[in-house]
Amino acid sequence: MSRQISFDLNGNETSLEIEDHWTLLYLLREKLGLTGTKEGCGSGECGACTVIVDGAAINTCLYLAVEVEGKTVLTIEGLASPNGDLHPMQKSFIENGGIQCGYCSPGMILSATALLEENAAPDDDEIKHAIAGNICRCTGYVQIIDAIKRTSQPETEKVKVVAWQSDTGNK
Amino acid sequence: MKPFTYLIPKTLDEAISLFESHEGRSAYIAGGTDVLIKIKERKLLPDYLISLKHILGPDRPLLNADTKELYISAFITHRTLERSTLIQRTYPILHDAVKNIGSVQIRNTATIGGNLVNAVPSADGAIPLIALDASVNIYGTKGMRSIDLIHFFLGPGQSVLEKGEILTEIVVPPLLPRTGGAYIKFGRRKAMELPLLGVGMLLSLDEDLATCVKARIGLGVAAPTPIRAFSAERFLKGREVNEQTLTEAGQIAADEARVRDSIRGVAWYRRELVGVLVKRMGFTCLQRAGLKHGDSEDV
Repeated sequence: MSRQISFDLNGNETSLEIEDHWTLLYLLREKLGLTGTKEGCGSGECGACTVIVDGAAINTCLYLAVEVEGKTVLTIEGLASPNGDLHPMQKSFIENGGIQCGYCSPGMILSATALLEENAAPDDDEIKHAIAGNICRCTGYVQIIDAIKRTSQPETEKVKVVAWQSDTGNK
Repeated sequence: MKPFTYLIPKTLDEAISLFESHEGRSAYIAGGTDVLIKIKERKLLPDYLISLKHILGPDRPLLNADTKELYISAFITHRTLERSTLIQRTYPILHDAVKNIGSVQIRNTATIGGNLVNAVPSADGAIPLIALDASVNIYGTKGMRSIDLIHFFLGPGQSVLEKGEILTEIVVPPLLPRTGGAYIKFGRRKAMELPLLGVGMLLSLDEDLATCVKARIGLGVAAPTPIRAFSAERFLKGREVNEQTLTEAGQIAADEARVRDSIRGVAWYRRELVGVLVKRMGFTCLQRAGLKHGDSEDV
């Protein structure tokens, strides 16, 4: 069955017709051309297709497009600011060698971003717990964990991070 | 994926009547992390998918202040349980389990009820709930019924759920004073892995903080369904909990386990592991039972 859905996509109110059996991954890549979201395993094991829905990281390969009705979706395309400046997490991944082939990067960066929204100063174990559903076959994870740690803020600067994140949410 | 129509009922009655009106062509879906995989693999080919995600109900676990019973709606996600301070503080055995199911992404969508109705021998959510003596409420055309979770599972992938019935809620009876619980999922990888073995243990102690007044040992992947190690539980009751009695309880539990060889591990190793992990969980229970309410570690 087809139906009309409306949701916030990277800050833009989006309304379009979808089929009930479309996954969010299919909608993003094949219908909206947002190919930053990758398909890896297609069964929730690898995390390459991760986006943030209402603040929570989810696997778009196991999430029906119909379920984003009324929700807020953030994909990797919406993370940088409109003028092209990269998000601090993206910059940190580049600066710390957290990117090699790049296939896991969009999902990895969004998982890390969702973590910092909940916990502005995670320790190593918390970081590992948060990205455990994102497989990277290049880096060995050390550089990725470094990149996330360097984006995170010490306890006293938590407020700053929260304020900054709400800025990007409104753009 | 094969096309289907997605139906979004707001009440249980509506969901059941939709199921009946499309009998044989419909399936329920909640978080969808298992159902959508089955559809992709063409193991399930419904024309109608009936979502249970939008049925109105509590969005967090609730403790009844009078009866001290814990109510968990079947439709809440593992992530909600993981982040609940009530679960972290009062039911660490359940927190141990839910925080390691799947990944953050899976836990953000997958529901605790879904974990139970799949009825896999390794269900991480089921083992601690069995140790907590939980029961489940099941709603169908004949109304609501309740069954102890330990009797819910019939075999791999099989439960007592009849066609069209919905598992709606999990009820955990009040904890005895001085109770400690712990769960361990043992596997080679921390995320996205089914356990090689799961052990959930709950010990209630006498005022001396040493004598066991009640013991529960739940085992996952130790039999075709989640099981309890009844003989080991009986052995511990009335005895002082220490190195020696926990070792012995572990051995008894290992003898009770109906382990088998599988791709994740061989039977003899699993059996050895039952002994080791029952003992290890026993010590964690002992430590947690001695903590005053509210100052549990690992929160």
